[in-house]
Amino acid sequence: MEDIKRNEAYNRYIKEKIPKTKAWPSLFNSFWVGGLICVLGQGINDVILLIFPYLSQQSAWACTLIILIFIASFLTGVGVYDQIGKFAGGGSIVPITGFSNSITSPSVEFKSEGIIYGICVKMFTIAGPVIVFGVVSSMLVGFIYWIIGLFI
Amino acid sequence: MEIFLDYLWVFLIGGAVCALGELLIITTNITSARILVTFVLIGVFLEAINVFDYISDFAKAGINVPIVGFGASLAKGAIGAVKTHGFLGIFTGGLTATAGGIAAAIGFAFIFSLIFRSHTKN
Amino acid sequence: MIKEKEQTIILKKQPRIIGSYSIVGPKEGKGNFGRYFDYVMKDDCFGEDTFEKAERKMLESAITGVIEKAKLSTKDINLMIAGDLLNQIISSSYAARMYPFPFLGVYGACSTMAESIAVASVLIDGGYFDNIVCCTGSHFSTAERQYRFPLELGNQRPPTSQWTITGAGSCVLSLKGEGPRVTMVTFGKVIDWGVSDVNNMGAAMAPAVRDTLLRHFAATKTKPDDYDLILTGDLGKLGSEILIDLMDDEGVTLGANYGDCGQMYFKRQQKTLCGGSGAGCCATVFNSYIMQKLREKQYKKILFLPTGALLSTTSTQQGDTIPSVCHAIVIEA
Repeated sequence: MEDIKRNEAYNRYIKEKIPKTKAWPSLFNSFWVGGLICVLGQGINDVILLIFPYLSQQSAWACTLIILIFIASFLTGVGVYDQIGKFAGGGSIVPITGFSNSITSPSVEFKSEGIIYGICVKMFTIAGPVIVFGVVSSMLVGFIYWIIGLFI
Repeated sequence: MEIFLDYLWVFLIGGAVCALGELLIITTNITSARILVTFVLIGVFLEAINVFDYISDFAKAGINVPIVGFGASLAKGAIGAVKTHGFLGIFTGGLTATAGGIAAAIGFAFIFSLIFRSHTKN
Repeated sequence: MIKEKEQTIILKKQPRIIGSYSIVGPKEGKGNFGRYFDYVMKDDCFGEDTFEKAERKMLESAITGVIEKAKLSTKDINLMIAGDLLNQIISSSYAARMYPFPFLGVYGACSTMAESIAVASVLIDGGYFDNIVCCTGSHFSTAERQYRFPLELGNQRPPTSQWTITGAGSCVLSLKGEGPRVTMVTFGKVIDWGVSDVNNMGAAMAPAVRDTLLRHFAATKTKPDDYDLILTGDLGKLGSEILIDLMDDEGVTLGANYGDCGQMYFKRQQKTLCGGSGAGCCATVFNSYIMQKLREKQYKKILFLPTGALLSTTSTQQGDTIPSVCHAIVIEA
């Protein structure tokens, strides 16, 4: 009992002791890097629509995202993306490029364990939950719309 | 001029979404995987309540490039497939709509991990 | 409150540390202790194709190097005590198969150096062995991928995080020969004050140092001023501030003679946040800078207290707390 009290007090004390980082510089960096990645995406999208005017907006977005994913995956492979990430934080995690980075980085890292047990198995160690949550929640939304559809 | 304004909106909204992610990291100290999950769920929710398209109309890449857009496509796919295929659509819709992105991420990751190796950090 | 004596052993024969050797990576070589290390690697792959093999080779060259420096041959060594941070202390086991002497694997996370020296001195003091090699090391890239994230993941390090040292340190203990003497040993208890943040190891380990330090002072009837240097392992910047506060609460003041290897390891512009950590951290500092100062008699009596956060990736993922341990050894010139 006394131990629990002491531990709680100690954890409270540590919380106060942890140096507070200045939020503004890192928020600013993630703002402009993130914004720039989105502008790049818009640029790619506009160029695609210029070259293939018959494409639907939906397909154009898909092409844009694939190109962004390619760029991020490449930058991860050559060891540049994590430098951007160190600087920009959320700015390079939240865009789709961050998703690409979270898939490529473990597969490059665990290459030494072989193709099957290294690359393929470890590929989703970080991005796995994103796909699981995304798919499960979209199924839930689909299910709700299906139920609603039964009554209309 | 109009195109410049478009890009300004993209920059401002995209930046704001990313800064929101950074704010979450600073305040709650959560890992990048959880950030991604949170934003995907936000996207699914926005699409489910049918708000995403309105934002997308003026924010364009500002909301489509962040992973929120990925979540929205999942939900949009599921909703659309339910309308055309009925019950089966619950299962096929989400992944069909996002197949391009997921396949690209897996494919490129596989190729680049065969070519490159991880680098020492300084 | 703390008065039992059984955790502290006062050595009668006082084994000497007759040789020490340190090998570090390029980043560590640019740090504050850069010029004291025996060997600085040009790149931390060390000519191998995986980082794990590099760590293994690092340990091997530390062992070979220290035997040479102590002017002995492998035939003279009776036992090797070693450990590292990888699962099942695999690097040490691989390194040990190179040599003809028996191997005792120990795991004390970052406290492994003190643990192995303590065990070795007790074994020598008991008269069972003549020459024992102690060795430990860690590698940034192998530890990072085992305990944290892939190297290429674009995430930011929290302000309380520390940098795992790429490096290995080793020493030879013997009754014959010249060198500083190990005079006292205090084995530490495992202490857990409920800290579960893996990015704040300093806070998890500080209570373990407090416990061992108080027991040591009580058993040996010494106080901080009796030592030229009180050196902790890798509490880091935040952890050592916490320790000073904790000791203050107990009425013990840690003054100018207190230092922490992790905190002192890197220069400010090297951006390692709270400093260095890992088994190689105190091992390389102790076997280079500290040993040199002891040999030159600039330090006459030091208290060396490396700490270890005894966590595993499974316990971390299950959100469990971090048990910590701290072993103390007293070395006199």
